[in-house]
Amino acid sequence: MSRLSDAELVQRCRQGSTEAWNGLVERFSRYVYAICSRGFGLGPDDAEDAFQEVFTRVYARLDSLRDDSAIRPWIAQTTRRVCLDRIAAASREEPMEEIETDRAGPTLDDFDEAFAVREALEELGEPCHDLLDRFFARDESYRTIGEELEIPPGTIASRISRCLDKLRKDFEGRKPGRSSSGEQ
Amino acid sequence: MIHASPYVEERLGHLIGLLPPAPEGWVRAAQEIPAFRAMLDDIVVRAEADEAFRAEVLADIEAAIAEAGHEPEPRAVDTLRYLIDSSSEA
Repeated sequence: MSRLSDAELVQRCRQGSTEAWNGLVERFSRYVYAICSRGFGLGPDDAEDAFQEVFTRVYARLDSLRDDSAIRPWIAQTTRRVCLDRIAAASREEPMEEIETDRAGPTLDDFDEAFAVREALEELGEPCHDLLDRFFARDESYRTIGEELEIPPGTIASRISRCLDKLRKDFEGRKPGRSSSGEQ
Repeated sequence: MIHASPYVEERLGHLIGLLPPAPEGWVRAAQEIPAFRAMLDDIVVRAEADEAFRAEVLADIEAAIAEAGHEPEPRAVDTLRYLIDSSSEA
């Protein structure tokens, strides 16, 4: 499923493939989670509710998507609406100043760029994919990474640097990714 | 030899860090949405056809969901109540 384009994944979801739906959730889970929690600054409970609401809407309205390759921007806008609804609902229950809305945080453009880097990272291969994901996305220490990947902690910094260099080359030389064709 | 400039390294690292993994439980719950919706739809269809079953479900929605093999979480209870109410209004 990880090699399918977004459009192919959407088509298989429409055909009722459980595997495709699992793949779609897997592909966009970080993106939705990050927009909810970092983009809109929702707390854990609200972020979880918003996360489930987004995928519930995506599942229920998949047939209304006109351009299957535009699933990512559609999910982004769905997530944005769900988060704004939650913030609006909270503002009716609490004074506005008590609501945590980190609007100075990353924008949707930032998350789109991060998603593109993530796609390149997924294709980078091991051990670079695992190494960079553990260090930057999972915030693991050199010690933990060294133990998990069975590599000397003293070599991790230089390995990360080499992997970033490889990622940069791949990313810069990358053709439009699996999600980019036909998108707005 | 390492060629990446500090700026590029910093920027790529920042972008990777912008998308941490979602909690596993959230992902699993989202992956179960189709099965969950199918379960709800099944209950609603039965409730539409059988008034006694409908009353039984409305009397204890948590039990109906649990009996169907799902966790009777508040979101599930609210959704099923909404669907049954909507079906009776239609």
